[in-house]
Amino acid sequence: MTGAATGGAVLILGARSDIARACAQRFAQGGHPVMLAARDAATLAPDATDIGLRHGVTVTCHDFDALDPEGFAAFLDALPVLPEIAVCAVGLMGTQDQNQRDPAAAIRVLRSNFEGPAILLAELAERFEARGSGTLIGISSVAGERGRASNYVYGAAKAGFTAYLSGLRNRFARGPVRVITVLPGFVATRMTEGMDLPPRLTAQPEEVAEAIFQATRRGRDVVWVRPVWRLIMAIIRALPEGIFKKTRL
Amino acid sequence: MTQLSGWGRYPRIDCALSAPRDADALARALARGPAIARGMGRAYGDSALNAANTVSMGHFNRFLAFDPATGTLEVEAGVTLAEVIAAFLPRGWFPQVTPGTKFVSLGGAIAADVHGKNHHGAGSFGAALDWIDVMGADGTVTRASHDTHSDLFHWTLGSMGLTGVILRAGLRLQPVESGWIAQTTLPAPSLSAAIDAFEGNLDAPYSVAWIDCTARGPALGRSLVMLGRHAGVEDLPPAARRAPFDVPRRRARSLPVDLPAFALNPLTLRAFNAAYWWAGNRKAGAALVDWDRYFYPLDAVAGWNRLYGRRGFLQFQCVLPLPAAAAGLDALLRAIAARGAGSFLAVLKRFGAQDSRLSFPMEGYTLALDFPHNRESLTLMDRLDRITADHGGRFYLAKDARLDAATLHATDPRWSDFAQMRQKTGLAEAFASAQSQRLAL
Ligand SMILES: Cc1cc2nc3c(=O)[nH]c(=O)nc-3n(C[C@H](O)[C@H](O)[C@H](O)COP(=O)(O)OP(=O)(O)OC[C@H]3O[C@@H](n4cnc5c(N)ncnc54)[C@H](O)[C@@H]3O)c2cc1C
Ligand SMILES: NC(=O)c1ccc[n+]([C@@H]2O[C@H](COP(=O)([O-])OP(=O)(O)OC[C@H]3O[C@@H](n4cnc5c(N)ncnc54)[C@H](OP(=O)(O)O)[C@@H]3O)[C@@H](O)[C@H]2O)c1
Repeated sequence: MTGAATGGAVLILGARSDIARACAQRFAQGGHPVMLAARDAATLAPDATDIGLRHGVTVTCHDFDALDPEGFAAFLDALPVLPEIAVCAVGLMGTQDQNQRDPAAAIRVLRSNFEGPAILLAELAERFEARGSGTLIGISSVAGERGRASNYVYGAAKAGFTAYLSGLRNRFARGPVRVITVLPGFVATRMTEGMDLPPRLTAQPEEVAEAIFQATRRGRDVVWVRPVWRLIMAIIRALPEGIFKKTRL
Repeated sequence: MTQLSGWGRYPRIDCALSAPRDADALARALARGPAIARGMGRAYGDSALNAANTVSMGHFNRFLAFDPATGTLEVEAGVTLAEVIAAFLPRGWFPQVTPGTKFVSLGGAIAADVHGKNHHGAGSFGAALDWIDVMGADGTVTRASHDTHSDLFHWTLGSMGLTGVILRAGLRLQPVESGWIAQTTLPAPSLSAAIDAFEGNLDAPYSVAWIDCTARGPALGRSLVMLGRHAGVEDLPPAARRAPFDVPRRRARSLPVDLPAFALNPLTLRAFNAAYWWAGNRKAGAALVDWDRYFYPLDAVAGWNRLYGRRGFLQFQCVLPLPAAAAGLDALLRAIAARGAGSFLAVLKRFGAQDSRLSFPMEGYTLALDFPHNRESLTLMDRLDRITADHGGRFYLAKDARLDAATLHATDPRWSDFAQMRQKTGLAEAFASAQSQRLAL
């Protein structure tokens, strides 16, 4: 294979997600070796082959479960190298209806979007700090900007993750770890398949990946994939609670 | 329901569209009743439309294997030629056959058995295929090639998705030394001069002509015949030799809005064509052109199909057998010029011999051009159909949106055999498109 490795290794967490797959392609295109991590990693083999063939970089697959924090250290120890960049795309939406009635479902959503991703990135942050370099990228969501009746369990978990990323960034403001928060609006992925999303507000996974890749190059802190979402959320956040509580968003 | 159309934006049909992610999901989609696969939607008409069950192959987009010893690439059918080129041109490989846009899926290229500017030497897309995997209505996948399941292989090439869903293919790429094409432009002031230019240059790997379909009288059929071959490193200026695959990036432009219908009228068409002819004359001779501009000039303007406004446009493409080609082309061009119709881009191309079950090419000349979708165009195209039929020619289904079944079956009885085969084997109940229904396939 040609295509020299021109960048540090990238760890993709939740690598079966459409956004994650697009990120893996984009970083590989930029010459980065890629480590794909997901549950049931064996099923990632076709993706690994595809990325390797297209971009001539080394791709490896690793078993990873965000609901198993006790296993995080061993998971990181077993990677071929400590990555230079880690992208966390792990997420679980569930349905609000079930999340609000069934505690087990709610706990799963909270743990998958907040606890797991936050604790894993924290573990990576320690190792990056020890090494003296590294970039953490957390894919959170605009849903975390304000709790809405239609989606507040997922939203609350994402709010927690967003706050955690913000705290990490604040802690490492003088280096050596960089922290990027990604706040996609709607994205056309498996998660949103079958939903009737407005096309102008809906990004393709490749668009999210490009925004993330550029953010690593340009040193952004927060990435709003489509700028219109920044405006929308600014308005939603600014609504007085007395008005907001009566909305149906 | 999703409103879909082909590249010509006519017809537009509300379709139940699904996008399965794996073979199991695809099999479930096929079990829902007569289905049609859809690639990149670059066929012009209704080939990839089925109101009840259109199946996008977009998620089947992985590269599977590559053998640098033979240049054989195994890919899933949703992979596009643009992706193949992006991955393999930097390593010195290029598709053996490519149509005039790189935004086609492999599945679409196989289903239409597309041709390129090198058809006279290289044949159609099928000539570069080692095998294809085809999923039948019951979800079973069959690997078909020249040797095994060769019936399925040969029926599938050019069958417009009506034998099953192509899942994967093994295709051979050709080695190239650079990303450049050594091009020679030959101005031909008349139709017979254009034909002479083709016949005198059959050894050029690539040849195609832009033809001024607005010219009349002695200038009828005046053309710019463009010959090409992949440039070797020694053809490049010294500065380019160090990185022979690096070509200048084209800035993507796009046509953001539909043009109003009056933007295209006989006057603007004549003016455009005349300007193009004179510009071509000035550029006559040899030049180096990068692969993207040489093979895919239209890809530079994303959404150029909106040029014709909301009503869309129709493409006409026929092929005439060699002995009747000169007379047939003359009659076609007269009919077009007499109407003051015609398009920005009319293309004339010499085909080589082709022996296949359904594929469009035959030894002779193919003419392709587009018309705005309106009543006059439809009338003119009926007339062009008759001229084609009178000269023993046939039609390209990848471009068609309006042919009638009787004309198709009369000009190309192979489709009648195909329809019979589909009845007998049950394929007729499993795979169908708006086009197959219109054309009684
Ligand atoms: C600007 C332009 C230039 C062109 N130039 C040329 C040219 O020079 N030569 C030429 O031959 N053609 C040319 N074409 C036509 C184009 O190459 C064909 O229509 C091709 O089939 C389009 O591929 P697609 O992926 O867009 O297929 P679609 O348009 O989505 O589908 C086309 C047909 O392929 C079938 N199909 C698609 N995927 C599969 C699959 N996986 N399994 C089974 N069937 C499938 C569909 O059912 C349909 O019948 C051109 C088109 C455009 C827009
Ligand atoms: N799509 C949108 O509109 C949108 C908008 C804003 C933010 N986001 C966020 O973007 C990220 C990517 O989502 P997506 O849209 O690409 O949807 P997706 O395909 O559903 O991706 C979510 C991924 O998270 C993985 N995951 C869930 N729980 C896990 C666990 N315990 N351990 C390991 N992996 C786990 C899933 O893996 P499995 O394949 O094993 O289930 C899945 O691949 C998510 O964080 C999502 O919240 C999406």
